[in-house]
Amino acid sequence: MSMKLEHVSYTYMPGTPYEKEALKDISLEIKKGEFVAVIGHTGSGKSTLVQNLNGLLHPTKGNASLDGVDLSGKSNEAKMARGRIGMVFQYPEHQLFAETVYEDIAFGPQNLGLNYEETDARVKDAMKFVGLDFETYAGRSPFSLSGGQMRRVAIAGVVAMNPDYLILDEPSAGLDPGSRDAVFAEVMELYKKRGTAIIMVTHSMEDAAQFAKRMLVVYDGRIIIDGKPGEVFLKEKEQLLKVGMDVPEVYKLADALRDKGLRLPKEITDAKTLLAEIKRRKGLR
Amino acid sequence: MLDITLGQYYPGNSFIHRLDPRTKILATLLLIVAVFLANTAVGYGALCVMVLFIIALSGLPFMLVLKSVKPLLFIIVLTLLLHTLLGQGEHVLYQWKFLKVTEEGVQMGVKMSMRLILLLMISSILTFTTSPIVLTDGIEALLRPFRVIGVPAHELAMMMTIALRFIPTLMEETDRIIKAQTARGADFSSGNLLARAKNMLPILVPLFISAFRRADDLAVAMEARCYRGGEGRTRMHQLAYHAGDAAAFVFAFAMIGLMAFLRWGPNVL
Ligand SMILES: Nc1ncnc2c1ncn2[C@@H]1O[C@H](COP(=O)(O)OP(=O)(O)OP(=O)(O)O)[C@@H](O)[C@H]1O
Ligand SMILES: [Mg+2]
Repeated sequence: MSMKLEHVSYTYMPGTPYEKEALKDISLEIKKGEFVAVIGHTGSGKSTLVQNLNGLLHPTKGNASLDGVDLSGKSNEAKMARGRIGMVFQYPEHQLFAETVYEDIAFGPQNLGLNYEETDARVKDAMKFVGLDFETYAGRSPFSLSGGQMRRVAIAGVVAMNPDYLILDEPSAGLDPGSRDAVFAEVMELYKKRGTAIIMVTHSMEDAAQFAKRMLVVYDGRIIIDGKPGEVFLKEKEQLLKVGMDVPEVYKLADALRDKGLRLPKEITDAKTLLAEIKRRKGLR
Repeated sequence: MLDITLGQYYPGNSFIHRLDPRTKILATLLLIVAVFLANTAVGYGALCVMVLFIIALSGLPFMLVLKSVKPLLFIIVLTLLLHTLLGQGEHVLYQWKFLKVTEEGVQMGVKMSMRLILLLMISSILTFTTSPIVLTDGIEALLRPFRVIGVPAHELAMMMTIALRFIPTLMEETDRIIKAQTARGADFSSGNLLARAKNMLPILVPLFISAFRRADDLAVAMEARCYRGGEGRTRMHQLAYHAGDAAAFVFAFAMIGLMAFLRWGPNVL
């Protein structure tokens, strides 16, 4: 049970002066139930990578597969495989189209060929999941909602398809802190309760450190680092800084304290642990 | 979807690329006149050599320029056939019932189709070597004198610039929306015409909404920067003629002179 890229290269607009090789010989396996963060600076190829993962773009070289099924195929099998991978794009609220919130969320399940009852159940479920009250919102026009609410409707539209793998491209871009936390809480719930594998593109080291169990660093079309966030931030700091990335504030603070002579253990990955350690060292309670 | 590049600008830094857009537009018009003046084999030969010379100067791949003939290929072939099969003349090469292939007809057909091919290649060199934005700048500058008779030169150019600016954006947007709906299992290629039209809704609605949002944003942004039409406006990129432009004009007029000489001058050949 895994999605796989084997020696994948992807070139935009081949054969024109605008030709751009956005991915270069990437091999990668993501198992069911993983939580992967993809980081890298602007234009490094993150979006291209995840779109190859879910079969929206077909590799120029190499191949992408889900449980051994080639995602670029035209067969029914390939179509089914693509249906198991959900994708939430950057600013997903810009893709709403239906007259009511209900219809918009029902679009995906209907395309999966579910009947009326199943679709209805999925919609209700998904709305509950993203914290939108069914009675209040189902009949409203999605365009009369606030930005944060619209994004939740859009995410519900993908969640309603019950994907085994959910790809999110910068899900928190342009949201206020409250809505942002809500979106992450929902994603975490999907991951924990339903066992959905999450692949999340983000610009925030904090988010990657806090949520992900595995981190991919993309640089110039290649994956240059692949490991646990805690280990990566500790061991690959130089490399990260070199490619224009950063480490979370906690790591920087811990390093600064160490420089000042405070003896701290190496494995400090969040603020709580750091605080506890400082208190312990200083004999405070 | 995004493989459609806007217009057909082929970036480069050749002599032709660097010419002032006004020069390029006017020189193109002059060369078109030259093509219409040509009526001898020598004249057409000279024009072909000229086009090859300009292509070499511009650094464009020859095949790229040749491909610009493709959209009108059908008409070119038709012209050739009609003239060949129906042309009048004395030197009959072949006759079958009312179809008569004459030497004059063949000559006429070849000339006419050569003329079309040359026109297409010359005008496409203009669009290949001039980015659309620069081209509108040039058009605006050339139209300016006609303001006295009520041609809204600045407004026309502004509209063209805005449209050009937003075509790639909207294409990108369309691409994104198609991808997003495809990821939700949308199917755009099956079913009858009506079903297919209905399937386009999930693309068209978000596209229109985003176009209106962008238009609105742009209007506000222009307003906020005190845009109020072309009156008394100065520009960031001043167009300026250089020595190369003079050379280009001399060249274009020389071509016209040559064609006129070949057409009306003493029959030297
Ligand atoms: N449709 C396209 N056509 C041509 N080139 C593209 C296209 N999309 C992306 N690129 C190029 O491919 C490279 C990788 O782009 P990609 O969108 O994957 O970057 P990204 O890491 O997602 O960046 P960001 O953080 O800004 O979203 C960039 O250099 C970009 O300019
Ligand atoms: Mg991106």
